[in-house]
Formats: sequence, structure tokens, C-alpha cells
Amino acid sequence: MMPVSQKLNEGGIMSIVRLVSFVVLLAASAGASLAFAQTPAPAPAAPAAVAPAPPPSKPDPAGTATGGIGDVSAKTAGKPTVEELADFVGHNRVAINFVWVLVAGFLVMFMQAGFALAETGFTRAKNAGHTMMMNFMVYAIGMTGYWICGFALHMGGLGPISTLGGTGVLDHEFVITLFGKEFGLFGLKGFFLAGSTYDVAVFALFLFQMVFMDTAATIPTGAMAERWKFSSFVVFGFFISMFTYPLFANWVWGGGWLSQLGKNFGLGHGHVDFAGSSVVHMVGGVTALAGAMVLGARIGKYNKDGSANPIPGHNIPMAALGCFILAFGWFGFNPGSTLAGADLRIAVVAVNTMLAGAAGALVAMFYMWIVYGKPDPSMLINGMLAGLVAITAPCAFVSSFWAFVIGAVAGVLVCWSVFFVERTLKVDDPVGAISVHGTCGAWGVLSLGLFADGTYGDGFNGVEGTVRGLLYGGGSQFVAQIVGTLTCVVFIFVASYAFFKVYDLAFGMRVSPEVELEGLDVPEMGGHGYPEVQGPGTLVHGLGHGAAKPAAVMTGVMATERGH
Amino acid sequence: MKKIEAIIKPFKLDDVKEALTAAGVIGMTVSEVRGFGRQKGHTEMYRGGEYTVDFLPKIKVEVVVPDERAGKVVELLTAAAKTGSIGDGKVFLSSLEDVVRIRTGEHGETAI
Repeated sequence: MMPVSQKLNEGGIMSIVRLVSFVVLLAASAGASLAFAQTPAPAPAAPAAVAPAPPPSKPDPAGTATGGIGDVSAKTAGKPTVEELADFVGHNRVAINFVWVLVAGFLVMFMQAGFALAETGFTRAKNAGHTMMMNFMVYAIGMTGYWICGFALHMGGLGPISTLGGTGVLDHEFVITLFGKEFGLFGLKGFFLAGSTYDVAVFALFLFQMVFMDTAATIPTGAMAERWKFSSFVVFGFFISMFTYPLFANWVWGGGWLSQLGKNFGLGHGHVDFAGSSVVHMVGGVTALAGAMVLGARIGKYNKDGSANPIPGHNIPMAALGCFILAFGWFGFNPGSTLAGADLRIAVVAVNTMLAGAAGALVAMFYMWIVYGKPDPSMLINGMLAGLVAITAPCAFVSSFWAFVIGAVAGVLVCWSVFFVERTLKVDDPVGAISVHGTCGAWGVLSLGLFADGTYGDGFNGVEGTVRGLLYGGGSQFVAQIVGTLTCVVFIFVASYAFFKVYDLAFGMRVSPEVELEGLDVPEMGGHGYPEVQGPGTLVHGLGHGAAKPAAVMTGVMATERGH
Repeated sequence: MKKIEAIIKPFKLDDVKEALTAAGVIGMTVSEVRGFGRQKGHTEMYRGGEYTVDFLPKIKVEVVVPDERAGKVVELLTAAAKTGSIGDGKVFLSSLEDVVRIRTGEHGETAI
């Protein structure tokens, strides 16, 4: 292999010029053939489309001349009828929404990487491979489970997807009637995305909803890290993606009973959760609480007198990077939840989202600095996440001032909650998932019921008028938020606790103490996350004798194991 | 021959290396070690909780010098590694029986 610079020197300037002109020619001809391939594409309505408008013959560096009436599909090119124009505009609007939903979904998918880095950074090096792989595999496991039945239970009774062309194939909700009112419990259309749900709008919705479900599914892996059997985690991945998440999500987002509290009982617009403070984050956080309770604390976390020892994570830069990736993904999470790029409220949603995240980090920083003497990195990271989690439900309904306040409150709340969970509940949560997602998720949902200012949400959940919180004359909306929050806590906690407890009694959820002390990477996954640091040195491997017993394993332990 | 083993603060390694090479020491071995002395580690904070780090990271420097230069080298090393605050480390000086250069089989001071 010759270095590039050397190659260039040999040929001199002329060869560069030749190379460049060749590339330019190639690109030009490719562009021409592409343009040729695209322009004749007829609109489905007018298969006999006449010759399309000729492509601009001159280059258009300013971009003002590209695109025009010639791009509107019409029987007579350049002279569309009003119907043809209206058809084109409608198709365009839905196309913008499709692109928005898909791109936002791709951003949310990337949040899996954020979770993986944040959780692995907050745990110890000896478990890095195991923690990382839980976050990695939950994507594959969750998606499979959601495709099998999760999506159908969640969205099968949604009705027309108004922003994505009004497709009405998701039309079967299982309903029971109580007090003369209908209570939607789960959907029954869309198993395996087969049959009549083989539809572009359904597929776009599936992608977007799947990555949301996966966010909820990956939250408990943080609270249960460093002691959870991988096999047990795999079964759990299917459980949450196929049952608990889809059920609660149906009640709020799939046309189920919580969303109908407004229509049926006059409680505001029903339980309103714009992007998932309750549906995604509380479900994840409450599941995390149940799981961490059943698993018990890590060895060395608590002393005999009940006091807690800190067990520092092994990589703060990794956790901070994960937090930043999550904050970036949140621009898909919240603004994408309009399911409509043509809904210009997305600007408000995006700004509220970033403001709340900033407020959460800022307030957590000052809180820790003042109370504990130093701006603790792990709490600053959790502070930003707390603000983002809290603004997720109200992001579309509040002004920037309240968005900042909501994030700021979350920044303190997450600190209190972490200490409460650790010192009072005595539940060991290595990453703070219960506090960040559970506590601040609940705060987010309730804050919507307080601060929604009535500038948005006309007709939300089938109720006329905009969404108003307690401060803006919408007391019943606040009640609906409380009902939604309590339902989430009770249903998710009971269902998850029962699942974890039964599984634990039947098969065992926790690794043995020996495995836990050595680190889960080798016993559970077969290899170290960082073999050159923790395992036998590479030289020993290179010699092929497998000589050394991995004595380095124990010295690689980052935190001291005390108290036992 | 004398063997000098010094436990120093990690960030003092460059100063020590420069001082010793300037004094004519031609080789040294350095390792990352952990340990504690009279202060018994120190405390750090994580998420609002204090914890003790018992074994602090240090650097161990090992050099071998002819008897007559040992005193001067120890003196220079000590000066270079000193910050004046706790945890500066220690220098151990011991007699060495023999040195062998593996490539040539030479023994003694010529092998240093």
C-alpha cells in the first residue's frame, strides 16, 4: 500500500487535475442518468403523463429556480387542474409528515447508544461487556417482541392515523363497558405487521413507536446492572416489549381508556402525555424499581448498619457522552411526537426540550455544589436527563418559561430521589434510572396538568378546546394527569414485580456472589469488556499457552468491595 | 552496586527522569503501582457519598548505579520528586549482588 501523499507526488499536479475532471465527469453523467430515471416517474393518478418539464438547462447555484409548477404531477405538464394541485399538495403534506416521523424515529433509535454509554459508564469496568450487551440486545429483543404482538396490542385500535394520510386499518380495540362507558384495554390489529396492516402509514408508525418502546425497555437494565443474569434479562426483554409496555401505551396513546377520560368523564383531554414521560419513562423507571427490589443490592453497596457505600462508575466521560447522545436523540423523541412535520409547533417543542435539559443540568450542578461541596459529574449528567424526562410529557403545551421551571425542578428532584431511593428505600440503583425516569417522569406528567397554557392541543384525544393545566383554568386536566400517573405506578409496578418475583423463584434472576465479585463479563458473556486491562495480558495470549491464571481480574475491580 | 527504588507521585515522573538522565543514569524501569503510607489513602465523592480510596496510584522508579554515585543520584531524585505535601513517596536504597546483560553475558558494573 502506497501512502496517498506519495502517489500524488509521483504524478504531480497534472494527474490531480485529470483525476478531478474524471470525477466531475463521472458525477455529471451519473446525475444526468439519475435525473433521466426520475423525471418520467408518473403520478399514480395520471399514468399517461405527458412529457415532463425539461430539467433546468443552466446550473442553479442559488436554488431559486429549482422546483416549480413543472414538478406538480398533471395530465398537461405545467398546467395542473385545481384537483390535481390539491391532490399534489395533500400528498406533499403527508410526505413531509412521513419523512419527519421516520427521521425523528432514527434519532430516537440512536438514543439506544446513549443509554448504552451512560449505563456502562456508570457501572464498573468488570461488568462493562455485560452492561453494554444488555443495552445492545434489548434493541433486537424488544423489536422482535414488539413486531410479534407488542405493536398490535399497543396500536391495533388506534383508528385513523390522521397526520399520515388517515389510514384506518388499525381499527380493532378490545373494549369492556363499565358504568355505561367504554374502556379500551388493548388493540388487536397488526400482529407481525401482516395482512391489512401491510401499509406505509402503519410501517412508519411502527418504526416510530418501536424505538419508543425500546427506550422504556432499556431503562431497567441500568438499575439492575452488575448482578442480573443475562438469560433472565433476555426473557424480560420479551416480557416488557410484548405485554406491559404495549398495554399501558395503548391506554394513553392507542385510544385506550386513559386517553378517553376526557371524553367519558370530562377530565380535561384525558390523560395527556405528549411524548412519553409516563408511557416511556415512568414505565421504564417503575419497572426498574420492581426489578431492583427483587434483585437486591449489589454486594458491598450497604454496610451492616444499613448505610450505603458509593460504588463509582468506571467511566464518567463515557456516561457524559451517552447523556449528550440522549439529549440529541430527544430532538426526535419530543418534536417527532407531533407525528407531523407540517405541524409547526415542533419549533416550540424542540426549544422547550433543550431548555428543560439545560435547566435540569444547571440546577443539579448548583444543588450538588452547594449541598455536597462539589458539582458531582454523575449527578450533573442525571440532572440533564431528569430535565429532559420531565419535559417529555408537557413539551408541546407549555411556554418556554414553564419548560425551564419544569426542568429546573427535575434537576433538584433527581438529586433528592437518588438519595431517597439509596438511603431510605435501600434499593440499589447503579445508574439512577428509577429517579431519572420514574420520579422525574411522574413530575413531567403532573407538570403538564399544572402549566399547560391553552395555546395548543385543540381536539386532543377527541376533546374540543386546547389543553389547559391548573394554573390556566384546567383543574380537571390535573386530575386526569394524577389518574394517569397512579395507574402507571400501580399497574406497571404490580405486573413487573409479579413477573420478576415469579421468574426469580422459578429460575433465579441473580448471578452467584462469586460471579458478582469477579465481574459478570467472563462468567456471563465469555469475555472481558476490556481484555487488555482486566484479563491476562495480550502477550500471554500471543504465546498461545493460556499460561497465566487471570489474576488481574481481581485487581481490575474499580470499586472497593467493602461491607461483607 | 546499589539499587534505588523510588515510589513517587505519578506527575513527578518526568522531573525525576530528567534529573536522573542529566546525572548520567542510562537506564531505568518504571511501573504503575498502588499503595498507601502513613496517610492511609484519601476520600473521594460520588453522587453525594464519600468513599475511601485505600490504595493510591503511584509510580515506582527502579535504577541501578555504581556504589560511588548512589548518594548523588538519591539526592537528585529526592529533590526532583519533592512537592512538600503529603504523599510525596519514599526512596529505598539497597545493595545489589550482581547484574547480567542478557545479550552479552557480561556481569557486574559493566553490565549496568
